[in-house]
Amino acid sequence: MDKTELLLWVSVALFALGLLGVMVRRNVLVMLMCMELLFNAVNLSLVTFSHQSGTAIGAVLVFLIFVVATAEIAIAIPIVLLLARHKHTLDLDAYADLKG
Amino acid sequence: MIETLLLYFFAGATLLGAALMLVLRHPMRVAMALIATMLSLAGIYALLGMHAIAVFQVLIYVGAVMVFMVYAIMLLDVRDGSFARRYSGWLVPGIVAFLLLVATIGFGVSQGFPAWSAAADGAVFGLSQFSITFLTEYWLHFELVSVLLVAAIVGALAVIQVNRRRG
Repeated sequence: MDKTELLLWVSVALFALGLLGVMVRRNVLVMLMCMELLFNAVNLSLVTFSHQSGTAIGAVLVFLIFVVATAEIAIAIPIVLLLARHKHTLDLDAYADLKG
Repeated sequence: MIETLLLYFFAGATLLGAALMLVLRHPMRVAMALIATMLSLAGIYALLGMHAIAVFQVLIYVGAVMVFMVYAIMLLDVRDGSFARRYSGWLVPGIVAFLLLVATIGFGVSQGFPAWSAAADGAVFGLSQFSITFLTEYWLHFELVSVLLVAAIVGALAVIQVNRRRG
């Protein structure tokens, strides 16, 4: 199998596994980590395309995604901490009554 | 030859780590599986010649994001309902969506790609060449992302402030 195709298959599988994790797991922190997995899958596809085309734009985009992922986690973790203090659980079902 | 073997090894390790994330019960073990996945991805990036990205993958993702995540897990180590029952009622729709997603995007991947005109010799991805390209051509994106980072810091402080006022 071609190197590019192999890496793109890995990227597709990672993205699908991350999406499955966000859908099926009940723990909020585990769901956040599965979202990080989605970011990583997209990064892998960008790096693969950048490598194949020999241009730097994909790699630049990966750097920008690093910052966005860090900003996302810096906002998400305090929110989860507040929710957990409020509800005393990390189970997503307990947050069903949150309405804005 | 050895590079191909390493590539297969890292690809396999990545997928194994991602699959373990779905089945492990304790959030801390899930975090360890995610760290293994990210380190294998860094290995793949290094094999592709993108050493800067590999280093930053380890520094930012494993060093900053996952350490933050591990701290949060240690703060919130509660054995609640999500510990006893791992999966929500979305298990079957989730697996259907998983298969559909792999089938549709995988179909696109298996169609192959047009040949690129530029030869990928890896010279673009050397650190100095890459930095020059980054800061001359993409400086606007760089600045915009810095603004986003400042906004995120202000947002995180605001969340904590709301909590303090309530407490």
